[in-house]
Amino acid sequence: MNQSQQEDLKKRELDAMCVNESQLSHPWYHNIKYLVIGVLFGIVFVKAEIVSWFRIQEMFRLQSFHMYGIIGSAIAVGALSIWIIRKFKIKTMYGEDIVIVTKPFNKGVIFGGLMFGIGWAITGACPGPLFAQVGTGASVVLVTVLSAISGTWFYGLLRDKLPH
Amino acid sequence: MLQILQQPWPWYIAGPLIGLTVPALLIIGNKNFGISSSLRHVCAACIPAGIDYFKYEWKKEIWNLLFVLGIIIGGFLATVYLSSGEEIIIHENLRTELKGYGITDFSNALIPSDVVSWNQLFTLKGMLMIVLGGFFVGFGTRYAGGCTSGHSIMGISALSWPSLVATICFMLGGFIAANLLLPIILSL
Repeated sequence: MNQSQQEDLKKRELDAMCVNESQLSHPWYHNIKYLVIGVLFGIVFVKAEIVSWFRIQEMFRLQSFHMYGIIGSAIAVGALSIWIIRKFKIKTMYGEDIVIVTKPFNKGVIFGGLMFGIGWAITGACPGPLFAQVGTGASVVLVTVLSAISGTWFYGLLRDKLPH
Repeated sequence: MLQILQQPWPWYIAGPLIGLTVPALLIIGNKNFGISSSLRHVCAACIPAGIDYFKYEWKKEIWNLLFVLGIIIGGFLATVYLSSGEEIIIHENLRTELKGYGITDFSNALIPSDVVSWNQLFTLKGMLMIVLGGFFVGFGTRYAGGCTSGHSIMGISALSWPSLVATICFMLGGFIAANLLLPIILSL
């Protein structure tokens, strides 16, 4: 990697959990597999009612175990998978070493976390479910998505002035 | 078989399937599971406006936008082909509480049609629910560096303690908003 590429990677890593660490380049159609995973993911979101405003309200009122069960078992399976990947040094399907990015702590985790939690309870959706709701035909949610994009944009604008 | 799929799926099926997304994305292309960054990539692609935070090669993160496009398509497919068409069954206390705010339409299991609709968009209540809520999601996730998928599932799975702190703050914010803030908004 040359210096400008390194700088770019650093910037993409900044406050973002998902970063393309791979140095390989593939023909464009290799990206279709992410679309397929997304489709399956979207179906689970809707069918398990994770994208339901009502289920989120139940969660924050301790009226239902459903969402806790989902998040808890997802973490359990995710953690076990990562443990296996690390333990047996499993590689990607292209033979690369798997890189897991974890973020250092900053105060934004607390302030931003509280803000997102408030938005989550009001809209009844985190970013993934917002997109799934749009897919179900709830066109008004497009306004929520645009609003979320503008929220992200204003964060980018004010970033240097916010406590981190 | 189709009838089983059309019923709401239980948590012990859905949760593990979502957890499996973590190794799936790592193995097919070394991608760290996360969704909210897609909002940042949209900003970088469409309205960077010279802001340093949006000046990066977003095309290298195109996989994330395709993943999100897939979620939209998945939502569509689930509704068209796997819908049972039944009303959502919710906790009796919640039903009573919502009735007090005039929310009685449960035909759409995913959103409260009485307050989140095009008709309501230009009322104060609708604005707060749709526009302000969305803004908080977009601003908050980026400020925190991730959302439920990136922090709560991917981060905690990787045993990263800042992600645990983030998740506790998500839940705290949610509890405050659902129990103290939302009753005020919905009473407007």
